[in-house]
Amino acid sequence: MTIIATPSLADLTVGDVVAEGTFPLTRDSLVHYAGASGDFNPIHYRDDVAVSVGLPGVLAHGMLTMGFAVQPVVDWAGDPGRIVDYQVRFTRPVLVPADGEAVVTVVAKVGALDTDAGVARIDLTVSSGEVTVLGKAQARVRLV
Amino acid sequence: MSVNPELQGRVFPPVAPYLVGREKVREFARAVFSTNPVNLDPEAARAAGYADVVAPPTFAVVVQEATLAQLLAEPDAGIDFTRVVHGDQRFTFSRPIVAGDELTATLRVASVKSLGGHSMVTAVSTVVDAAGAHVVTATSTLVVRGDE
Repeated sequence: MTIIATPSLADLTVGDVVAEGTFPLTRDSLVHYAGASGDFNPIHYRDDVAVSVGLPGVLAHGMLTMGFAVQPVVDWAGDPGRIVDYQVRFTRPVLVPADGEAVVTVVAKVGALDTDAGVARIDLTVSSGEVTVLGKAQARVRLV
Repeated sequence: MSVNPELQGRVFPPVAPYLVGREKVREFARAVFSTNPVNLDPEAARAAGYADVVAPPTFAVVVQEATLAQLLAEPDAGIDFTRVVHGDQRFTFSRPIVAGDELTATLRVASVKSLGGHSMVTAVSTVVDAAGAHVVTATSTLVVRGDE
């Protein structure tokens, strides 16, 4: 197995990009997440229901976007247990077409370093089609 | 119907314990596009010092969900779930969730605020393990849209 070296706090500078990711979402992704999470709100898989409540179409679960957006940070840190705090604001929906994909990109940058606590705050920019979809997306990562 | 301001400060009874299954963790990990072996492979998790596979950070929402269902079902809450939008979400961990954990979540309504015709309900679910030790606190702000 691959042992991923844990990044060291001393090697980081505020503003460094530490990880990036690209996530193409399809309706299959939404159905998979619905089953895995237990969130079966039909606005995430039925166009007729989404339109009937005034939405432009089927949207990705906000919690799905929150869920994958932190994965590049997890891989950078090497161990999901190093994420000690993670927060987001849901600012814009991600519309997922029936016959294509919505591509969501993640850029993770060092936002702040707390050397006393041994924690780096990693700020995520999460965008779909040039607009950000999450606000104040921050993961606090315990490092050495 | 508007949200009952007296909900603020209310603490709900703990929900039934949630037993974290290895295959559920792996299924959830794949659904959030995790490729991390500590999420997926028990051997890799053990090599990293865990008893079994580690859940992705947002798996905590699966455990939290029953507490939010309790809130929406509260007879005097005045929360019309068809008008609820998820505003923000936070997880604060003492340790990660690991397959085999038996977790119990307790909901407290931290605040109820009115803002421009909408209500904002902040729900804090505290999750402890079978020994009663804190694992994670999940905080959700639900925006309940007012009548148009």
